[in-house]
Amino acid sequence: MSTTSTEPVRPGRASLLYDPRIRGYIYQLALLAIVGFLIYSAASNAIENLRAQKIASGFGFWHNASGFDVNQKLIPYDASTGTYGRAFYVGLLNTLLVAAIGIVLSTFLGFFVGVARLSSNWVVAKIAMVYVEIIRNLPLLLQLFFWYNAVLKPLPNPRQSIQLPAGALLNNRGLYIPDPHLGPGGSLIIWAFLIGIAATLVFRHWARKQQAATGKQYPIGLVALGLVVLLPLAVYFATGRPVSFVYPELAGFNLRGGIQIFPEFVALLLGLTTYTAGFIAEVVRAGILAVSKGQTEAANALGLRAGPTLKLVVIPQAMRVIIPPLTSNYLNLTKNSSLAVAIGYPDLVQVFTGTVLNQTGQAVEVVAITMAVYLTISLVTSLFMNIYNRRMALVER
Amino acid sequence: MKKFMGAALIAAAGVIGVSAAQAQGGGLLAQVKSKGVLTCGVGPGLAGFGMPDAQGNWSGLDVDLCRAIAAAIFNDPAKVKFIPLSSKDRFTALQSGEVDLLSRNTTWTMSRDTSLGLNFAGVNYYDGQGFMVRKKLGVDSAMKLEGASVCTQQGTTTELNLADFFRTNKMKYEVVAFASNDETVKAYESGRCDAFTTDASGLYAERLKLSTPTDHIVLPEIISKEPLGPVVRHGDDLWLDVVKWTHNAMLNAEELGITKANVDEMLKSENPEIKRLVGTEGKFGEAIGLTNDWAYRIVKHIGNYGESFERNVGMGSLLKIARGQNALWTKGGLQYAPPIR
Amino acid sequence: MTDATTEMAPYAFVRKETLEQQAAPLSVAGPLAWVRNNLFSGPLNTLLTLLCVYIVATSLPELIRFYFIDAVWTGANRDACLADKVGRPVGACWAYVADRLQYFIYGSYPISERWRVNIVFAMFALGVVWMLWTQAPKKKLGFFYFFVLMPISAYVLLLGGAGAERLVRNGMVLSLALAAIYVVLSFVPQLVGFYLGSANLAVVQEASPLKRFSGPKQLILFALVVFGALGVLASSIGLPRVDTGLWGGMTVTFLIAAVGIVFSLPFGILLALGRRSKLPIIQLISVIFIEFVRGVPLITVLFMANTMLPLFVPQEYSPDRLLRPLIGVAMFAAAYMAEVIRGGLQAMPKGQYEGAMSLGLGYWSMMRLIILPQALRIVIPGIVNTFIGLFKDTTLVTIVGIFDFLRTIEATLVDPTWATPTTRATGYAFAAVFYFLCCWGMSRYSISVEKRLAAGQKR
Repeated sequence: MSTTSTEPVRPGRASLLYDPRIRGYIYQLALLAIVGFLIYSAASNAIENLRAQKIASGFGFWHNASGFDVNQKLIPYDASTGTYGRAFYVGLLNTLLVAAIGIVLSTFLGFFVGVARLSSNWVVAKIAMVYVEIIRNLPLLLQLFFWYNAVLKPLPNPRQSIQLPAGALLNNRGLYIPDPHLGPGGSLIIWAFLIGIAATLVFRHWARKQQAATGKQYPIGLVALGLVVLLPLAVYFATGRPVSFVYPELAGFNLRGGIQIFPEFVALLLGLTTYTAGFIAEVVRAGILAVSKGQTEAANALGLRAGPTLKLVVIPQAMRVIIPPLTSNYLNLTKNSSLAVAIGYPDLVQVFTGTVLNQTGQAVEVVAITMAVYLTISLVTSLFMNIYNRRMALVER
Repeated sequence: MKKFMGAALIAAAGVIGVSAAQAQGGGLLAQVKSKGVLTCGVGPGLAGFGMPDAQGNWSGLDVDLCRAIAAAIFNDPAKVKFIPLSSKDRFTALQSGEVDLLSRNTTWTMSRDTSLGLNFAGVNYYDGQGFMVRKKLGVDSAMKLEGASVCTQQGTTTELNLADFFRTNKMKYEVVAFASNDETVKAYESGRCDAFTTDASGLYAERLKLSTPTDHIVLPEIISKEPLGPVVRHGDDLWLDVVKWTHNAMLNAEELGITKANVDEMLKSENPEIKRLVGTEGKFGEAIGLTNDWAYRIVKHIGNYGESFERNVGMGSLLKIARGQNALWTKGGLQYAPPIR
Repeated sequence: MTDATTEMAPYAFVRKETLEQQAAPLSVAGPLAWVRNNLFSGPLNTLLTLLCVYIVATSLPELIRFYFIDAVWTGANRDACLADKVGRPVGACWAYVADRLQYFIYGSYPISERWRVNIVFAMFALGVVWMLWTQAPKKKLGFFYFFVLMPISAYVLLLGGAGAERLVRNGMVLSLALAAIYVVLSFVPQLVGFYLGSANLAVVQEASPLKRFSGPKQLILFALVVFGALGVLASSIGLPRVDTGLWGGMTVTFLIAAVGIVFSLPFGILLALGRRSKLPIIQLISVIFIEFVRGVPLITVLFMANTMLPLFVPQEYSPDRLLRPLIGVAMFAAAYMAEVIRGGLQAMPKGQYEGAMSLGLGYWSMMRLIILPQALRIVIPGIVNTFIGLFKDTTLVTIVGIFDFLRTIEATLVDPTWATPTTRATGYAFAAVFYFLCCWGMSRYSISVEKRLAAGQKR
């Protein structure tokens, strides 16, 4: 250290090549050039190949008549008027349907199994463990084949349908449930139901506030039951039972009337739910184990019993650990629903990347659209889950 | 640009190898000759048309056409490499040059001929779409399928014809579409569907795979025209000619009564038509880039069309399909080949 | 009052020795208490226990009866497994599995060439043991074997043909050339003095010529042995080409899994480093790739590889049908691997980076010598778990028409030779056992590594 000199010591500059900043630029430019080159050459090759092979390109096919049928459709669609674009929406909605129901069911089953694995009941814990080990160590595709071919196909044919309670029928064409038809005044029931839900939410908000202010607890569950179940029931009887059911009955080869739930849908739902639940169970278990034992002991010391301890102390804290992996499991479920193609459920991949791609031959457009859809679902879900996660995390002080 | 992508892929291809027609001068025929082997896209296992046995030897009507072309080019019907292709992959495989020829019960339609960049070289089997049902259903006509569940393979003309048929006859039905033929047949057999639909030839072939074939019947209605034939890429006319005339030579041989057994005697024939076919008169082979005894080679190794038909799908086979529309025009069928002259 | 009186006061009984330790009462310890505490501690628990016991008691004997007691073990065709032909209730038809086992393992690979597949299996097993067994000797050699020699040998053996022979020849020539260079260097290390620096050179010169550069020399010797063996095989027995269309069964399942792991690890490391990089463009490209691949289902990646890849390259380089899904799987696995490895990189304390930098190490040396060895060690469980997922996902190639193990099972299910009511249940059970053993074995390994790592972390 020299005290006499005021000038800063300039480090001798080595070659520019050794300057990390310059090097960084060079690396990046090189990578950019390579990637750009790859994309450009892939694109130019694709254009050249498409032209050479006389494959049409562009999205003009979207409005062309499709000419094929799909069995499960949530929106009106048929071969005579349908377009490829319409078929896309049919497939997309089917994907979303199975994903949404699957997510709800697998969350319940997963939490149940996850808690069961930590149960003090030895038999329950062991059975939960066996379930998780088997489910997690077998390919989903094999499990789907199992559900579809080994469980659903042996069902009887429509003429020997299994009678279920409430007029539902089960056979190898699916599950048929009575189709409710609303008579005059029937819409009031739906309104009553919606009002019941809204009122429950309001009441819960109020009850929480009251509890925070005064410590007094209100029976939220009972009130919710009354509002959501009893209110519509009361309206149902008051309006003179305006709902009639169309029951499925045998007509020709198949049953007619009622709502048909296709075996492909059931198999896919069962497969996805049980598979994802196995993973969610592990996530839940890890989350609960991550809550330190002192928390449980403190809750016990306060006199809380096992149930409230879990509900009020452990789970809320565990949720913070659980949510990020839970999100990725939800996304996995959604992505895994694309395996529907193996068992003939008309989801997005089956209808669009399967049939539409083959009928139009436009691989690039079709595959790109499909990928974009899944990517969008992934990104949107991550976004919402991140927001939720941030809100949960804010509790920390 | 192309070079670079190629280089990048070669690195990857080092793992498995690249099965590609090397880009050389000349048309596809020249390339095939220099490769020494014909690459032929066939069905992944349809009895009678293209199916490997336990040792991996392919046989079938479509396979015979490939072998006939190999016989014409190389005088050796074994110089064929068979690539099994699913109905989804078949056109991309042909378009990308992975196969030189697609001989895989493919229906000749206008859109395929015009917008996919393909050329159909002829019709080696006149087919139509039909239905198969269980006998015990007691159905004897496709018109009685109102409300039925029908299994079909997705991405085929079958799926579209099915929709058309039920729509024009104002019948309700439920379609269950599967990605592969095996899945479709399995679903039908397990009772998921009342009926299974595909080309009639396919129905007969698939019926053999069921555990008790006699429990199922093929309904008489044919709901579509399905002319099946070999396909080549657009833009190589010489190659198209080779494929087209191989098929025609087999038909003409049958018409002239030339068989595998008597083709050597026919070399001495004085009939000018026969002489032109077996190459003892004229230079017809050279016109399509082959030797003049090309047709002789085909018949010598493979036989004529009738022989191939009987051996693979006809009464001499397990399928026992009658000649029907596939009889020669002289016998009331549709098979008619332009003359060699 | 004197103390004496109290001292002398007579006691009725004084225990002279301590009591024998007694077992805890039955209600607190012992099997009965355990049963009470763990199974019947309350009404709900009792109900659950009884329910579970009921489920197990009704299903387990049924399963055992079906798969073992009533099962048919030998037979030539379906007659052996048809109840009315055998005259007794028939369970699983293991005779079908026994009959088709060869097909399940090798697919349609020519019978006379199947020894080649067996050698590859053995090499793969050796590589896996070498990599996974933590006490295995010569780990570096193992890495070289697993990531370079084994893939090349597998390619040569499985595919065969002229290309493979050329590859062996070139490999031989290259290793011989390198061997020659290192022999020269062993005696004249000064030639590379400029690269080593004077300090290193001095260290190298300390050793005797034989021991100089022993690391690279071992690798080269090993490569020479392997290439030599392949060359001998090719020239003596011959390795005719076996087209990929004939490959199938477990061979293909293991091949896809192996390609997945061999390619995903290096690319995953690069992607993870890229994502952690401070260079914005490199980071951006890595993030886009990783998030894109992780955001779409594998099946669409496979569709893309199958239908779009041939369009992206000139027609004459159109990739092989088996190569396409392999590329798809490798890309997919790399993205997932990258995220696992990134976790490891982030878990490294900053001090490790700073320590490495203060030693004057550059970026690559720092990563290679300090960070990655530690980071990879702590994410071994994560890597194995990703690999389990990859192994299960290999079944998806079925959908793009590749004959993997599951597909071979499916294919035999439509074969009338073995069409019986129980064939399907048997086939799926066999597949389930195979996948379960592989995945469960890997997960056990991952847990044991996790435990050992955790033990190492404890103070």
